[in-house]
Amino acid sequence: MTTVRISDDAVTRACGADKVVSAFEKLGWTVERVSSWGMHWLEPLVEVNGVGWGPVTADRVAEIAEGKADDLCIGPVAAHPFIASQQRLTFARAGKTRPLSLDDYAATGGWAGLDRARAIGGERVLAEMIQSGLRGRGGAGFPAGIKWQTVAKASGERKYVVCNADEGDSGTFADRMVMEGDPFALIEGMAICAHAVGAGQGYVYLRSEYPDAIAKMNAAIDLAADRIAPFRMEVRVGAGAYVCGEETSLLNSLEGKRGEVRAKPPLPALQGLFGCPTVVNNVLTLAAVPHILTDGGAEAYENLGMGRSKGTMPIQIAGNVKQGGLYETAFGVTLRELVYDIAGGTASGRPAKAVQVGGPLGAYIHPDQFDIAFDYEAYTAANALIGHGGIVVFDDTADMAALARFAMTFCAAESCGKCTPCRIGSVRGMEIIERILAGGRKADAVEVLPQMHNVRDAERSLEEQVALLEDLCETMKFGSLCALGGFTPYPVLSALRHWPEDFGLTKQAVPA
Amino acid sequence: MSISLEAIVARHADRDGPLLPILHDVQAEIGAIDAGTETRIAHLLNLTRAEVHGVVSFYHDFKAQADPRPVVHICRAEACQARGIEAMMPAVAAAAGDRVRVETVYCLGLCSVGPNARIGDDLHARLDEGALTKLVERA
Ligand code: FES
Repeated sequence: MTTVRISDDAVTRACGADKVVSAFEKLGWTVERVSSWGMHWLEPLVEVNGVGWGPVTADRVAEIAEGKADDLCIGPVAAHPFIASQQRLTFARAGKTRPLSLDDYAATGGWAGLDRARAIGGERVLAEMIQSGLRGRGGAGFPAGIKWQTVAKASGERKYVVCNADEGDSGTFADRMVMEGDPFALIEGMAICAHAVGAGQGYVYLRSEYPDAIAKMNAAIDLAADRIAPFRMEVRVGAGAYVCGEETSLLNSLEGKRGEVRAKPPLPALQGLFGCPTVVNNVLTLAAVPHILTDGGAEAYENLGMGRSKGTMPIQIAGNVKQGGLYETAFGVTLRELVYDIAGGTASGRPAKAVQVGGPLGAYIHPDQFDIAFDYEAYTAANALIGHGGIVVFDDTADMAALARFAMTFCAAESCGKCTPCRIGSVRGMEIIERILAGGRKADAVEVLPQMHNVRDAERSLEEQVALLEDLCETMKFGSLCALGGFTPYPVLSALRHWPEDFGLTKQAVPA
Repeated sequence: MSISLEAIVARHADRDGPLLPILHDVQAEIGAIDAGTETRIAHLLNLTRAEVHGVVSFYHDFKAQADPRPVVHICRAEACQARGIEAMMPAVAAAAGDRVRVETVYCLGLCSVGPNARIGDDLHARLDEGALTKLVERA
């Protein structure tokens, strides 16, 4: 009897894995459904005794069963340069275990962090978390240990741990891969957090666009219920609102309300879900915890990375690239390495024009800036964001003006409506960009009425339109309640500054 | 129908903040959340209809009117744009006509293998124009 391993991750299934599985089963093979290695361009990847073939279609299965199909063979999977050059902590199990097997989880070091956390007590867990330097992986980069400590010290009968799994940013999929590939790691991380802060109930707020992840998390929570007791967990499914990835809006949504952003303070750590002290952390943050809590884990974590960006970051390589997928590495890697070496350049073979880092609210980065190192502070200094660590590559056919307009449109569509700069600013921003693209505008029927004598006669010049757009972006950036309105200026202004020609402007028209 | 609505609400009786899970079930099992349904849910949960309506109208997943047509969700977010989805949309619209509802989603989390689409719980990746229009035609 021969065994083949094929992932049951959504990416693999979307690329046609289920047909490949049944082809192997027809030949009498045992198929083990494991998590994905994260080499998405090779999916469906099939692995026999450690050797991989990909991307496989059902009609090639017979050849592979005979050890042939050399054109698809990549040799030993673990030795592939894409995998071998990574430093995998959060994704240490990727490709190696069956996601819902408690045996596989325990055999690969699972629950060691939780057992140790329970043995050393909450105080020391908090101290180790702070020592590790782990920062929230959702985007803001706030030190997780400090947040936990605030909740632990807050007074209150009931406390909650909430996992933000509303991975709405385009170009990101690491949360999904954790939940589908290693759900027990997330559960263990949440249980450790609950133990440290004294919470009895945990929620995973998961977006409705991830049906596979919802099913896996639900199943995993059932299987692990005894292991994490008395802590209880529940999955709550979002309903298609991007803004619910913002923590206060997520809490409102969990309470069964409109997902409108709350003003801070009060911080969720003091008054969060149902008014109780609440830890809200991203999937990647919580999934990094079990490793940190193993013996010596905090120190090892602290020694990875650069500056104040400690540990590893699962980087998601997407868009127009040859080799897209999940690349976990210590902070400090440059975009040049990521785009050209690791991702192998664009899929279309055309020159790369721009890379958007950090989701729809992240800046577009010009190839001239590709040497900037992956690090929270370095990106902030360059007027950009790391966000959730997604990078989306565009080739030279990309129209940066259209993408800038899209950023405003997206903000308008997804704004929760609570604050004016975001709700109205995004619509005005869309209009200004359209006016710039149309080369100005004519006075409309109302403006030419004699009563409208206050209307300015001279139409704004292009320079004035640009100044207006910059002004508006300034207002959105500093006046919005949350990151949706506050960060939309990043993609807009970076596109405008680096590619003025796409807006029909000269370099001089746009102040640096 | 009124029985099933009560059954749905009862199903979530032991949850805190149960409105979203209830609305998801109503949307899935009844197909829409219209004004009358809002009123009855409000009554069962001791909320005002305004509160329930506010929630229903806030989220893209909840619809006030049932639409029996098949739905194809197509991702048109940045990574799928970078892989060429926008150029395919005219052909998609033509293939869909009035028979199929095409909805835009912003990201299915398959951004490395786009363009991508979702029909029910089935995901489809690496679509080119031909494959995508075929999906729409068969939906
Ligand atoms: S951007 Fe299309 S699936 Fe993520």
